[in-house]
Amino acid sequence: MSAGRWLDAGVVGAADAVAAGAVTAEALVGEALGRLRSDPHNAVLHVDGEAALEAAQQVDAARAAGEALGPLAGVPVALKDNLCQRGTPTTCASRLLEGWVAPYDAHVVERLRAAGAMLVAKTNMDEFAMGSSNETSAFGPVKNPWDPARAPGGSSGGSAAAVAARLVPGALGSDTGGSVRQPAAFCGLFALKPTYGRVSRYGLVAFASSLDQVGPFARSARDGARLFAAIAGRDGRDATSADAPSADWEGACARGVEGLRVGVPRALLEGASAGVRARIDAALEALKDAGATLVDVTLPHAKHGVSVYYLVAPAEASSNLARFDGVRYGLRVEEGGGLDAMYEATRARFGPEVKRRILLGTYALSAGYYDAYYLRAQKVRTLIRRDYDAAFEACDVVATPTAPTVAFPLGERTDDPLTMYLSDVYTLPASLAGLPAISTPAGLSEGLPTGLQLVGRAFDEATLFAAAGALEKAFGPLPSPVPAGPGEHAGEEGAS
Amino acid sequence: MSAWEAVVGLEVHAQLRTRTKLFCACPNEFGAPPNTHVCPVCLGLPGALPAPNEAAIDLALRAALALGGEVRERSVFARKSYFYPDLAKGYQISQFALPIIEGGAVPMALEGEARSAALTRIHLEEDAAKNLHVQGETVVDFNRAGTPLIEIVGEPVLRSGAEAEAYLRALREVLVFIGVNDGNLEEGSFRCDANVSIRPKGEERLGTRVELKNINSFRFVRKAIDHEVARQAALRESGGEVVQETRTWDERQERTVAMRGKEEAHDYRYFPDPDLPPLVVDAARLARAEETLPELPAAMRARWVETLGLTAQDAGVLAAHPAIAAYFEAVATGLGEAAGLKPAKAGKKAANFVMAEVLRETATEGVEARFPAAAPEVAALLALVEDGTINGKIAKEVFAKMVATGEPPKTIVEREGLAQVTDTAAIEAVVREVLAANPKQVEQYRGGKTAVLGFFVGQVMKATRGQANPKAVNEILRALLAEG
Ligand SMILES: [Zn+2]
Repeated sequence: MSAGRWLDAGVVGAADAVAAGAVTAEALVGEALGRLRSDPHNAVLHVDGEAALEAAQQVDAARAAGEALGPLAGVPVALKDNLCQRGTPTTCASRLLEGWVAPYDAHVVERLRAAGAMLVAKTNMDEFAMGSSNETSAFGPVKNPWDPARAPGGSSGGSAAAVAARLVPGALGSDTGGSVRQPAAFCGLFALKPTYGRVSRYGLVAFASSLDQVGPFARSARDGARLFAAIAGRDGRDATSADAPSADWEGACARGVEGLRVGVPRALLEGASAGVRARIDAALEALKDAGATLVDVTLPHAKHGVSVYYLVAPAEASSNLARFDGVRYGLRVEEGGGLDAMYEATRARFGPEVKRRILLGTYALSAGYYDAYYLRAQKVRTLIRRDYDAAFEACDVVATPTAPTVAFPLGERTDDPLTMYLSDVYTLPASLAGLPAISTPAGLSEGLPTGLQLVGRAFDEATLFAAAGALEKAFGPLPSPVPAGPGEHAGEEGAS
Repeated sequence: MSAWEAVVGLEVHAQLRTRTKLFCACPNEFGAPPNTHVCPVCLGLPGALPAPNEAAIDLALRAALALGGEVRERSVFARKSYFYPDLAKGYQISQFALPIIEGGAVPMALEGEARSAALTRIHLEEDAAKNLHVQGETVVDFNRAGTPLIEIVGEPVLRSGAEAEAYLRALREVLVFIGVNDGNLEEGSFRCDANVSIRPKGEERLGTRVELKNINSFRFVRKAIDHEVARQAALRESGGEVVQETRTWDERQERTVAMRGKEEAHDYRYFPDPDLPPLVVDAARLARAEETLPELPAAMRARWVETLGLTAQDAGVLAAHPAIAAYFEAVATGLGEAAGLKPAKAGKKAANFVMAEVLRETATEGVEARFPAAAPEVAALLALVEDGTINGKIAKEVFAKMVATGEPPKTIVEREGLAQVTDTAAIEAVVREVLAANPKQVEQYRGGKTAVLGFFVGQVMKATRGQANPKAVNEILRALLAEG
């Protein structure tokens, strides 16, 4: 069987094949590099061929020598371009960091290397992760593999498109207000935003520090669990990193949902399109058939999520992005004049969405406005968290659509930031509450994927994996959005 | 008498003596080649995060205990935002609304009178990098970036340059003694800014204040404040108004000058740093800090006067530097043990010798001191005096040889045959010779002019090259002269 088939076998399938000697890591990486280099969706910003092939040869040599292999040995993985990878460009899809080569590895990158993963590419994204459609990238929008005229979602649109188009079996993204979940929904994938503190943020270029988490994309919950297990865990370099016990997340995917209480905030569901609502109803029905019970819950403050988020996140971002000043690294624009002129000319090269958020955040933190905006937003944030605490008295997970619509056409919302911001209405509350949340495929609506979002208790990712696994079992795999690619690149799922 | 009252409050930035920086593992060390003690965190690279250095927090707690400040159970790191090339992240991690320590006071002596000056707060923060100007270009050395600091904010209770100087000296002494700061003004590890205003005597309301920045010696602090007070008074008396501004001391011109650059009304946009959870200090941690708190200099001086028989002045000299204080204590204790002396006696003798002989040859640098001989050796030397092996005069010679050769005192005394003659028969023979050679003085003594005893003692010492035990010489002289 050719390397293409094994690359299409998913994270666990590819890792098993390498471990069993069915395919070499080098062949897998070679296949992935070929696909990445002919990526038609602008999902990829940088392909790291040489280093990845070298790493693959090391895996093959280790296997030949009888050494134990890591759980991701030989598996090609793509990284969102806001994760620092030593010796590799890390641009955040911004002119400000164009050409900057990270001199160190992010914690998640260290962990992926230790697990044997092949770091093959950096993926496109909204500039500094600010956007919901991947259209704010300085390097052009990403096209959705299901329909190239539509957005893949954002901000981790490149990672989502790369996995959906089967360039790689898995990828990492970052999620601040829905940036892995919404693209996963738009691209028909599994994605997890871990509990805040579960995954170290060290080496993730900060957008909003109190919200950012790194999370995996994959075509199945079990593949996602394999990636998640590799990156989760305490890191002393991130003071907000938690020392929480891990669990058998892969095993949880096959656990079933017998007795699981699924909370449904009916009032919130009204905001979704009819097509999405129909798929969510079907998904809830499927969970019920698998043994779960549906419970009505309310999240009275969730409706303020968008307002709160667009104060807290820009405030933190305005401060986090102050370091891009042209002094030490990245872009410096000097058009004559002194220091202030250099600051202004350099920072003028941020894209319009980033500028909008820096201005918003600077305003919210200014003397005289701080109490009314930032402080009040933080108070409402606490109320949102309490809503979940109350809901979890009656249920184990809270279910909503991941996004109110299917993937929207590219260009449709770029002139209307408010409508764009509203596409995150379902994902923002869990981010503000710091809770774990997944998006898992809920089937197609008019040929486009939809996603079910499930929010769990803090550090209870296992229950989310169980629910996602059960839904996959009920629905079966989605068809592939891309035709057979190079080699035997087939549309079948995990054929063996 | 001036009609104006000066109102002065000092803000001191004291670098903490930790091994590593406040939020990364880079060495906290002055003097390394530029940009060698740097990492992603202190360079503010994209993606890097701060992780607090627990040792720095413990030193801040120690300062709180020494200065009587209240430690907040839950304090918060905040970001202070402004753009400047020496600020890697575009913000400084500091504390704002909820500092780790509130209140406290600096115990100081003013013209011999004990006083204390109240503190507003003490908070933790990271130092900025250092801009250097090299051949017309500005370059930045990030070695200093992220060095842990405490900022000690004093209440505006000081009334003159002299008071400010006394306050600073007292504060520095405490911080140096408890091992929190090395007290080095030249290297900038102990820095002072002063807020200075004046008001008519009797007036409560504060006048417009001027901030004096970058004053790097005690003397300059006093002069700068006094000159600034005089400048403001002259300005007001001639009908002018004091402008709120930042000035600095120009030593050459002997006056304060406005700092260049336009004064911008800064909005630092402080907000809690989302990268750092609130800093929680529980009772157990505070108790541990208390256990490791060294004796404070004022208490040490009082104890020395009380139990070691020192005068207040001597205690002041020996407690001026932590290494010297420790050295003196070691000599006093060593001597007491070796010679079986009471603490008061051993202390007095140790103090006299250390001040008269040792300090002359001692070099201090920051909190370190290089002594000419180890404390136990000096204690052993003084013990030789106590047991009569040598006298005080010989002790000084032996000490000089100890310094030169590094040998222990006993070796020197034995090799050079410096042990004093205590053999009464030998001394008696010399005394008889001296008496026989000086019949006229013997006559005078016996005629009641007992003062000539000193002359005989001198002759005997001369004949024995100083090695005769003076006590024995005295006794034998008196006895033989009395025999008639
Ligand atoms: Zn560092």
